[in-house]
Amino acid sequence: MTAALRTEFRKVATTRVWWLTALVMFGYMLVMGMIMAFSLVSGMRAAEETGQPTSGGFGETILDPAAIATSVYTLAVALGYIFPAILGALSVTGEFRHRTITPTLLAEPRRTIVLTAKLVVVVPFAVVVAVAGVSGTVVGGAATLSLMGEPTLLGDSAIQRTILLSTVALVLWALVGVGFGSVLTNQVAAIVVLLAFTQFVEPLLRLLLAQFDATEVVSKFLPGAAGEAIAGSSLYVSSGLADLLAPWAGTLTLLGYAVALVLIGRFTTFRRDIG
Amino acid sequence: MNLESSKGEMSAMRLLFLHLPAQTDKVRAQLEAPDTTRVPSSWRCPGWQGRDVTTGVPTFAPEEGTIDVRGLSKRFGAVRAVDDLTFSVEPGRVTGFLGPNGAGKTTTLRLMLGLATPDAGTATIGGRRYAEIPRPARHIGAALESASINPGRTARDHLRVYAPQIGADDERCDEVLATVGLTESADRRAGGFSMGMRQRLALATTLLGDPQVLLLDEPANGLDPEGIAWLRQFLRYLAGQGRTVLVSSHVLSEVEQTVDDVVIIARGRLVKACPLAGLEAMARPAVRVSSPDAEGLAAMITAEGWGQLADFVTPTTAVILDADCPRVGEAAAARGLTLHELAAAGTSLETLFLQLTADPDSPMLGAP
Repeated sequence: MTAALRTEFRKVATTRVWWLTALVMFGYMLVMGMIMAFSLVSGMRAAEETGQPTSGGFGETILDPAAIATSVYTLAVALGYIFPAILGALSVTGEFRHRTITPTLLAEPRRTIVLTAKLVVVVPFAVVVAVAGVSGTVVGGAATLSLMGEPTLLGDSAIQRTILLSTVALVLWALVGVGFGSVLTNQVAAIVVLLAFTQFVEPLLRLLLAQFDATEVVSKFLPGAAGEAIAGSSLYVSSGLADLLAPWAGTLTLLGYAVALVLIGRFTTFRRDIG
Repeated sequence: MNLESSKGEMSAMRLLFLHLPAQTDKVRAQLEAPDTTRVPSSWRCPGWQGRDVTTGVPTFAPEEGTIDVRGLSKRFGAVRAVDDLTFSVEPGRVTGFLGPNGAGKTTTLRLMLGLATPDAGTATIGGRRYAEIPRPARHIGAALESASINPGRTARDHLRVYAPQIGADDERCDEVLATVGLTESADRRAGGFSMGMRQRLALATTLLGDPQVLLLDEPANGLDPEGIAWLRQFLRYLAGQGRTVLVSSHVLSEVEQTVDDVVIIARGRLVKACPLAGLEAMARPAVRVSSPDAEGLAAMITAEGWGQLADFVTPTTAVILDADCPRVGEAAAARGLTLHELAAAGTSLETLFLQLTADPDSPMLGAP
């Protein structure tokens, strides 16, 4: 197992994917943090001037500075979880794309060990990507808040806890990514489906399901919602668009997705003939 | 070469190369430079029995190197890719695994290596299935596609990725890079490599564990003539150490000068498994002769008793089986027959190979 871990670690470390992902996520989250902080504060001030909260655009206007700070600092887990998910998926799909799965299985024919090693090894790299993404929102968001004369609330222990837990949620997303990649090994298809689901399908589903009492509970168990639940809050919650599970339940739900996908991958892709 | 190597071993290595055909200095340097047998003792492959003290050549337990394929079958839908295939591959020899494209060579290799599951039959190496061998890449070096390289990785990093499970250290990675002549490209990304360089890197990967058994799928593809010459000598050198070497190819002439044994398959079935000498004996000699005097030619063939063996391509040109040029030439001279052409036209090994593997249903590849 140690040898398999070293092999998998070298596989990720010797290509540029992991640090490129971290870099792009940092940049994206920096910009999103600035935009969100600016628009939420502007909306709050406009509502205070007119004296009536509006509910136009994206949910209700947030009037509480603490809720604004939380919404901004959890952007990475609400919008950016695609990055660790892709990092995880690529660790499997890359092997099929470049057909390195052949030498991989020649060196280690025990396929469960190969898959397990991939799950373990993606964690440290996902930590780097998650820290980069969360730093982006915190740096961009806090800088904008303080420029606009609002409190950054970075000293608040509840906010600190949220920031830390959103990093944990992003790391779990990398495990979901490994599982997803092992189910859908076509690299292009995997990235397209991940993008479509996380950026379009799930947000839409959450809004739709939340409209009805009977289906609202289902929306809480969607993977994106589970990730936000780990952090404890998100833009969706602050805007009154959705409720979340308890953090522990969110953790179990997201882990459940990862385990289920990995098991499906183990008994489909990694059971079949290779090549 | 390992610095600690004794002088005796150095000269033994030189002696070993004396019988090889003339080599360019470059090829000789590549063959002699790295000691491909130096691996940590704890990682030596199961068949390793140390070195012969007088020659310095590693010795292996032959039974660990025998490949046995018994009744192997694999279908893909309606296609019998491998159909009740039985053969064995002996250690200490280079075996050519031959067949036209689509004959089932790569599928057979995949079944032997546990990458695919056979529908029936077994394939064992040293008596065990690949998946049953602990750390199999130490014992068996296999390269199925030279394309199995991540283009974003450097050559050295490609080797370092697989090194931990084979027990090779960074030094060993550099050694095998030197063996295949890629030292100067060690830090270049494989995405920019030519086909030949990818082949060399794939071969280097198989050598990492100093394996007793080598299975190489079309290793000469994309190599330049110098590379092919080097590969031939290198494979012969490895087999000379008692290792088992199986090389697949769709062209017999490519491996004709390298192999001791051939295993020929077509449409998933075994056609012939024998020493190369056995195949050569099957090739029939023949003479192609032509004369402007058609009647004289026919008369000579009848008079010499070649009537049953001769085949007239045109009235003035005939191919005579089991004849040789001196006899036909002398017979013509004795009758004063003018010859415009006299040449050996026997069934070459390549023609024989084509005949053996031809699809009886294909209109294109009938027996000539």
